Amino acid sequence: MNSALIVILLFLLLSIFLGIKAKKGKQMDLDEWAVGGRGFGAFLIFILLAGEMNTTFTFLGGSGWSYDKGAPAAYMIVYLPLSVIMMYWIAPAIWKYAQSKQLVSQPDFFASKYNSPFLGVLVAIIGVIAMVPYLVLQLKGLGIIVSAASYGAISPSLAGIIGAAALTIYVMVSGIHGSAWTAVLKDFMIFFIVLFLGIYLPLHYYGGIQPMFESVEKMKPGFFHLPDKGLSLSWFISATLLSAIGGMVWPHLFNAIYSSESSRAIRKNTIMQPIYSLMLLFVFFVGFTAIGQVPGLTGPDTDFALLKLSIKTFDPWFVGLIGAAGLLTALVPGSMLLMATSTSISLNVYKVIVPSATGQQVTKVAKCLVPVIALVATYFTVNGGSTIVTLLLLGYGFIAQLLPALLFSFLKNNFVNKYGAVAGMIAGVAAVMYTTFNNSSFGTLFPSLPQFVKDLDIGIVALVLNTVVTVIVSVAAQGLKAKEAVKGKESLS
Amino acid sequence: MKRIILLSIIPFIGSLGLLPFVDEVDQYVLGMPFIFFWVVLWTLLISGFLWLIYHLDPRNMEDADK
Repeated sequence: MNSALIVILLFLLLSIFLGIKAKKGKQMDLDEWAVGGRGFGAFLIFILLAGEMNTTFTFLGGSGWSYDKGAPAAYMIVYLPLSVIMMYWIAPAIWKYAQSKQLVSQPDFFASKYNSPFLGVLVAIIGVIAMVPYLVLQLKGLGIIVSAASYGAISPSLAGIIGAAALTIYVMVSGIHGSAWTAVLKDFMIFFIVLFLGIYLPLHYYGGIQPMFESVEKMKPGFFHLPDKGLSLSWFISATLLSAIGGMVWPHLFNAIYSSESSRAIRKNTIMQPIYSLMLLFVFFVGFTAIGQVPGLTGPDTDFALLKLSIKTFDPWFVGLIGAAGLLTALVPGSMLLMATSTSISLNVYKVIVPSATGQQVTKVAKCLVPVIALVATYFTVNGGSTIVTLLLLGYGFIAQLLPALLFSFLKNNFVNKYGAVAGMIAGVAAVMYTTFNNSSFGTLFPSLPQFVKDLDIGIVALVLNTVVTVIVSVAAQGLKAKEAVKGKESLS
Repeated sequence: MKRIILLSIIPFIGSLGLLPFVDEVDQYVLGMPFIFFWVVLWTLLISGFLWLIYHLDPRNMEDADK
């Protein structure tokens, strides 16, 4: 065991300790476990929301993508601020409604708004489908960190399994309290480390940031412009919009919103949130520096860019510190994801199927589901071959399909009913799944379309389909009902 | 209310709508290729916009927020 691994292990133990300590003296019923008793102030909410967004994806995926793709990576900086603007409008409305109905999970919200437990079940299932790639991404990150920090002694797959086990124990012990306090530690660490790496590495290897960019541009002409095909302008805009939308409807985000003490606290938080995404800029600097220094990484290996460059540059103990920061960025969102998934299945699938289940039983099922979900995610981590950012876009593609029903539910006279909401969501998710499993894109399905249409992110295309189906089925179902009502009246008279 | 809705829409037009022109620029600003400078600029601007929106929003003036 080298010093890098020891440092990482120490931080893992510290975060478990924080989790156990945070829990002390609190009765852990489901409300307390999942939404912190709804008493989190502005500061903790800010940290939690930021924590959701600053994940392994920021750290490893961000550097990997900038290393591999160049200009298209810029989408990651701008989608979060745009998402926050939408959140300013929508999150307080969600909070207010959740508060008045004492909701615990995201499917509760849809089930209650559309008065349909079945819709709740569907939303729970979509949430789980979307969270799996997101969770896999965190485990993949954990695996990469541990494997790189062991200087190759531990394989990424084995490291992913270790990471999944650590995550499971962590969540089972502490619930959301652990996440909040580890999030505080994580944000401090990640902030200083990313800032340091992003400035030091280009300076060390190229004498500055502009010389670094210029040298990369010489190696790869046109790298800092969007390509004409593939990750083109229309891809950039559609992927940014999709991610901004998707960023708003994550199930774990609903949990964070519910745990706020006021709607004003949520609105106030939005002001500083965009700044968080600037951290990505420094991550990109690291990725671009890596192009000349650790050349030749391709495919999923590009996610190793940041760590490979760090290993080349620094002593093992410092690599350990970088790895520990990375560990925390996987642990905090990973635990939130695991918790939201298990709460969701227990409360909105199990409880609906077994209505006689008591609150205690539901809590028990939720906790028992944690290792099960972790196991499923581990399976995909070990067997999948995608990069972190591809996984992320896939998760966003699924979860964004909840948006039309969510937005319509805030209309004063909502004409969308449960039939439309269900049909739309199924259509959207099916479209994303179909293209993913066939490894096709909108372009390969319809090769004769103009290039800018072909490059559209599939999630956005599915979202349009979803909205159209939602509206048509709602209107049709309404019409059918009206007809039946008329018929009923006629047969009476 | 209308003002703050407008303030919420401008960033979308600025950051994404103007991209076709932004991608044409070869100039470095603050040591960065233009597209990176552009997204950073808008990230900061959006924070500013949100500050403005928060302070113009009448809903944040009420004392009781329930």
